[in-house]
Amino acid sequence: MAENRDFFYRRLHSLLGVIPIGIFLIQHLLVNHFAVYGRESFEQAAGFIHGLPFRIVLEFVVIYIPILFHAILGVYIVFTVKYNNKRYSFFRNLMFTFQRISGIITLIFITWHVWETRIAIGLGSAELNYSLMENILTQPFMFWFYIVGVVSTTFHFANGLWSFLVTWGFTITPRSQRVATYATLIVFLVVTYIGIRAIIAFAYGA
Amino acid sequence: MAENTITMIITRQDSPESSPYEETFKIPYRENMNVISALMEIRRNPVNANGENTTPVYWEMNCLEEVCGACSMIINGQARQSCATLVDKLEQPIRLEPMSTFPVMRDLSVDRSRMFDSLKKVKAWIPIDGTHDLGPGPRMPEKKRQWAYELSKCMTCGVCLEACPNVNSNSDFIGPAALSQVRLFNAHPTGEMNKGERLEALMEDGGIHGCGNSQNCVQVCPKGIPLTTSIAAMNRDTNIQAFKNFFGSDHVY
Repeated sequence: MAENRDFFYRRLHSLLGVIPIGIFLIQHLLVNHFAVYGRESFEQAAGFIHGLPFRIVLEFVVIYIPILFHAILGVYIVFTVKYNNKRYSFFRNLMFTFQRISGIITLIFITWHVWETRIAIGLGSAELNYSLMENILTQPFMFWFYIVGVVSTTFHFANGLWSFLVTWGFTITPRSQRVATYATLIVFLVVTYIGIRAIIAFAYGA
Repeated sequence: MAENTITMIITRQDSPESSPYEETFKIPYRENMNVISALMEIRRNPVNANGENTTPVYWEMNCLEEVCGACSMIINGQARQSCATLVDKLEQPIRLEPMSTFPVMRDLSVDRSRMFDSLKKVKAWIPIDGTHDLGPGPRMPEKKRQWAYELSKCMTCGVCLEACPNVNSNSDFIGPAALSQVRLFNAHPTGEMNKGERLEALMEDGGIHGCGNSQNCVQVCPKGIPLTTSIAAMNRDTNIQAFKNFFGSDHVY
């Protein structure tokens, strides 16, 4: 029975990247964006999310388990490739490699980010408020680490959305795949703006 | 005089186990030469650029008109058929290497068995043999015949597998060629009767999910086969098949 599960795992990997992880990412960046409207605004929004019923269950089902699965299989995928961008310098091949590089950067970023925020709050060594992020992001190194991390994450999401459409058989023709490239580019720009704007708000004030 | 010779740097290997080495040859130029006629010149006079006698370079060839796929090799960094590659269009020195995805048998000849095994695995044929005459098969819409014909041009040359970053010794991915063949045989009105068997073969380990959408295959295919369209179409079909298998359907066969 354990044979021939790869197809299922790879399809699940593709699905989880968008639902729920992609949806969570957008939700997370939107809530962070409240920082742009000021300290109270952010704390109210974050407090609302923090106060959701069954929060621990939601966190495990929507965030931790899917990301863990996506990350573990993802790292395996990254290391079973023979990269050949030098010889075949096509756009999609470049995106293919960027997808894998951004996946690794995102994994490092998320691990650090979760450690510094959610786990620190869970252990009681930090408190969920505006100052937590303000203190992190006013350090120049952390500011750039977060910028790189967020851009890498949004790229991985947007380009992954393109692959998702192919993997699930939505975009079959070259034309639909080309249009999807432009559409996911817009997704990338919009989501990146939302994320970066919040980082700037924390670092330099709204 | 210098203009009238061609310089070729060939990656050679004496046996499947031995290690590869490079050898340079100077070949007298003739008009309209292709890579094969240059190799034939080496075979006629196996002397390398240092004037030493050597063994003739070994390669495979068959049709000489880019329909059999046997003479594929890497020419100046690009995997292509040596019969259809003209010397006049190449930068010198011309570098020839065997394709790297397949085991090298000798010099430029590789063993493409894995591709033929893949075709067997996905049942890339239409079963019509039986004990009695089955009569004429169903007709095929002309428009469908036209795109299916494009898929039938595949010559199992291996160039798409060579360009695919996911086909390598760390992975068991079947490669683009066989995926497109499933689409071809599933498109045929008689072949369609065994559609599920072929799709299920693609869902086994090493199947369609090994594709990472780098889309190199469609860029390098010498026959211009829309491989990525085939892969996306088979993605849709295998997903539908998986749902039918799991939830149940009277249309699963």
